[in-house]
Amino acid sequence: MTAHGIANAAYIVAALLFIMSLAGLSRHESARPGIYYGIAGMAIALAATIGLAAKGEPEAGLPGLGGTTTALLIVAVAVGAAIGLWRAKVVEMTGMPELIALLHSFVGLAAVLVGWDGYYAVEDKGGQHEFGGSLLKIHHAEVFIGVFIGAVTLTGSLVAFGKLSARLKSAPMVLPGKNFLNLGALVAFLGLTIAFVASPNLGLLVAVTAVALALGWHLVASIGGGDMPVVVSMLNSYSGWAAAASGFLLDNNLLIVTGALVGSSGAYLSYIMCQAMNRSFISVIAGGFGIEQKSDDTDYGEHREINALDAAELLKDASSVIITPGYGMAVAQAQYPVADLTRRLRERGIEVRFGIHPVAGRLPGHMNVLLAEAKVPYDIVLEMDEINDDFPQTDVVLVIGANDTVNPAAAEDPTSPIAGMPVLHVWEAKHVIVFKRSMAVGYAGVQNPLFFRENTQMLFGDAKERVEDIVKAL
Amino acid sequence: MRIGVTRETKPGETRVSATPKTVDQLRKLGYDVVVEAGAGAAADFADEAFVATGATIGAAADVWGADVVFRVNAPEDAEIARMAAGTTLVGLLSPALNPELVDKLVAQGVTALAMDAVPRISRAQSLDVLSSMANIAGYRAVIEAAHNFGRFFTGQVTAAGKVPPAKVLVAGAGVAGLAAIGAASSLGAIVYATDPRPEVADQVKSLGGEYLGVESAEVEVSATGYAKEMGEDYNARAAALYAQQCPQVDILITTALIPGRPAPRLITGEMVAAMQPGSVIVDMAAANGGNVEGTVAGQVVTTANGVTIIGYTDLPGRLPAQASQLYGTNLVNLMKLLTPGKDGQLVLDLDDVVQRGMTVARDGEKLWPPPPVQVSAAPQATPATRPVAEPKTPMSLAKRFTLIGVGVAALWLLNAFAPQQLVEHFFVLTLAIVIGYYVIGKVHHALHTPLMSVTNAISGIIVVGALLQIGRGETIIRVLSFAAILLASINVFGGFAVTRRMLGMFTRG
Repeated sequence: MTAHGIANAAYIVAALLFIMSLAGLSRHESARPGIYYGIAGMAIALAATIGLAAKGEPEAGLPGLGGTTTALLIVAVAVGAAIGLWRAKVVEMTGMPELIALLHSFVGLAAVLVGWDGYYAVEDKGGQHEFGGSLLKIHHAEVFIGVFIGAVTLTGSLVAFGKLSARLKSAPMVLPGKNFLNLGALVAFLGLTIAFVASPNLGLLVAVTAVALALGWHLVASIGGGDMPVVVSMLNSYSGWAAAASGFLLDNNLLIVTGALVGSSGAYLSYIMCQAMNRSFISVIAGGFGIEQKSDDTDYGEHREINALDAAELLKDASSVIITPGYGMAVAQAQYPVADLTRRLRERGIEVRFGIHPVAGRLPGHMNVLLAEAKVPYDIVLEMDEINDDFPQTDVVLVIGANDTVNPAAAEDPTSPIAGMPVLHVWEAKHVIVFKRSMAVGYAGVQNPLFFRENTQMLFGDAKERVEDIVKAL
Repeated sequence: MRIGVTRETKPGETRVSATPKTVDQLRKLGYDVVVEAGAGAAADFADEAFVATGATIGAAADVWGADVVFRVNAPEDAEIARMAAGTTLVGLLSPALNPELVDKLVAQGVTALAMDAVPRISRAQSLDVLSSMANIAGYRAVIEAAHNFGRFFTGQVTAAGKVPPAKVLVAGAGVAGLAAIGAASSLGAIVYATDPRPEVADQVKSLGGEYLGVESAEVEVSATGYAKEMGEDYNARAAALYAQQCPQVDILITTALIPGRPAPRLITGEMVAAMQPGSVIVDMAAANGGNVEGTVAGQVVTTANGVTIIGYTDLPGRLPAQASQLYGTNLVNLMKLLTPGKDGQLVLDLDDVVQRGMTVARDGEKLWPPPPVQVSAAPQATPATRPVAEPKTPMSLAKRFTLIGVGVAALWLLNAFAPQQLVEHFFVLTLAIVIGYYVIGKVHHALHTPLMSVTNAISGIIVVGALLQIGRGETIIRVLSFAAILLASINVFGGFAVTRRMLGMFTRG
């Protein structure tokens, strides 16, 4: 029984616990135990690794940890833990997309650093005894791939973070020939890899890092704010692949398994998001809607306005109400008054439910978390497929800060740019009240005929204030 | 400005043009309201109730002397003479049927707004008196029928035997017809409805009725332009439907009206004769000649075979408080439109099609008839043109198998020539991806954000890589590893902590 064997055994247990952790998230009831599986898995993996590192593996060139190094290690973990716990405690739920994007960038940067470590540990010394022949060449390639994926994740996530936190403009940046730029970066990566495998040197490593950083930045900069759910899950996927690449580099199965789990999770979420927009992954990556903005001269008629008092009257008389929130609710921080409104209506015996479109918000499941934060019970928060058939039996629908996800054109107008996108059929309800700042179009740049329907009334202004007005009127 | 609410003088009129509630709303728009003594008596609104919401009570002279005069019915000559030039009169003026009235109003120099001439566009729905009155009439028609019907509407099983539910047929599913369907089905009857427009079927169903389509294959074709000929065909088939239904239904409510034309004759004397004794017909089109042969406007008649035909023309007025409230609210909505500043100053904007359409006279100028309202730009009920199913033709089986085969072969080739160590890694990677796909696929949508943050945490496992390298000794590796450990630790601790916090927020109702 070697130290290596003990560590590997621990890794199998840890990998299993991670799988159980993700499986736990399939239902609300099992989600909380799921977290503890994950924490346990991580604790086991860390303990085994630190044990292995401390004991050292002389035959693999690992001398074991000296006093200073141990101290350094503890300081690094402690500082990281402190920062992480502090951020986790103070983050607003509306700020979750930013936090998650930022955490992705950390994984990306760590993967870059581990790749560079790998270079200094092996290539910089002209190859070591434990790597013979083709294995050494594979190691060269692994360093390169790990650094490349890590660097793309790093800048991509930083740009996503910037856009989500409004530090950068959320409109897509359009450089001439942007698809060729991306393609060119990939070709450059391929060429650099071949050169590096032939004769590894620091210059090539710096070059590939720079190319990857530029690619990640450009990739996300050219995607608009409304496609962020796809981008964030895509980056989630990349961060997983970055970890898996490091696993190949370090010959560590735990990293490979965990990376693959995270990678496929992100890929699956991206797939769901793309389906919910009826778009292919490639078309999202290649640029957002609104690139070919055609002027829309259709006369949709006139919209009708309503005030908060009348809206309250309408709600009082309703027996069933559905609320469909969108990103606008998060922007206006309206989730608390919405929850308050929900509570009051339910106390009057009115059935209130929420219909959540998969791409509502800037993160998969974002709306659910916001509503949960405001103490809306999760069993009245339904997904689109669960609630779409119930709209005809609904008296009042409140559309709060959503636009494209409730656009009837997607279902009825085959010529619409968003035709075929699954949407919430709010217009089938008896009354629809749309909370909106103005008559501006949504992210897709498409006018919404819903606003001009006979059963639709517009309630203009800040969503939070208007909902508070309704609560007051009740 | 002052609004005068007059007492109605038409015999049998029970409605009033304002209620205490609407007086309050009018005052919020900045108007003073004076109500003629006893104006609301027939609708059970006492003068004191009006005073309580801020109105003053005045004599006829005060009311007719106000800046704006509210009225249900058209004024009589003596009343017209009481209005000063420049006064605004609002009421049901039927300008198309009463050209002399229009001329008198013009001569008097008043501004006259006809509530029954509101263009039927969606924006004007809130002032559409015809709709609000039709709604009341439809409800009342069912009540009148039930009153004259000798049996229950709802089916019951009692100790004294089983009672079958009444069968109600509503001809025409407009506003009145839909109100009748709703009222009859909530009384427990089995309700059928007919209408030439098949698209109303859903509305009928939503109110608890069953839509009976006229089984004419040409109904659809008739939309393409052969209206007249197909209309006859349609009528013949509709008549056949009624002839078949009449002997089976207990209650028949007809609502068919064509604006400006006599009501279409839907039910012939033979059909009435075929109905069961004790059946009741309510002919809501009685005022325009009736849909039923034998209807007498304003009266209840019983046929030789014991069928009661109700021809009341004042159905809304039989619910005076309700009718007054809805009419009053229509007027409030009109005043909202006419008072953009909410300052009690009436501004008539003749460039607005709604206001222009209902303005009959202004300052001695005759403005009737209005220019035709351009076809409503509101989106038409688009015929169900579902988008052509995206041509996502599933790949042919052969093609799919070829692709899978190529993929598998490539994977095999790659591994066959790769060194042993790499093959093991690929083995692990492939299995982990498959497991990940199945595990993540089951995750509840609502938990996607926690899923992302927990994967954030576990992708912090990259800390393992840095931990293994920090001991290598070189300074550069130490520095890089130190940074990597720190960053990954933020992920591990931050990710788990924020997920735990988030999951703690999800609560059951």
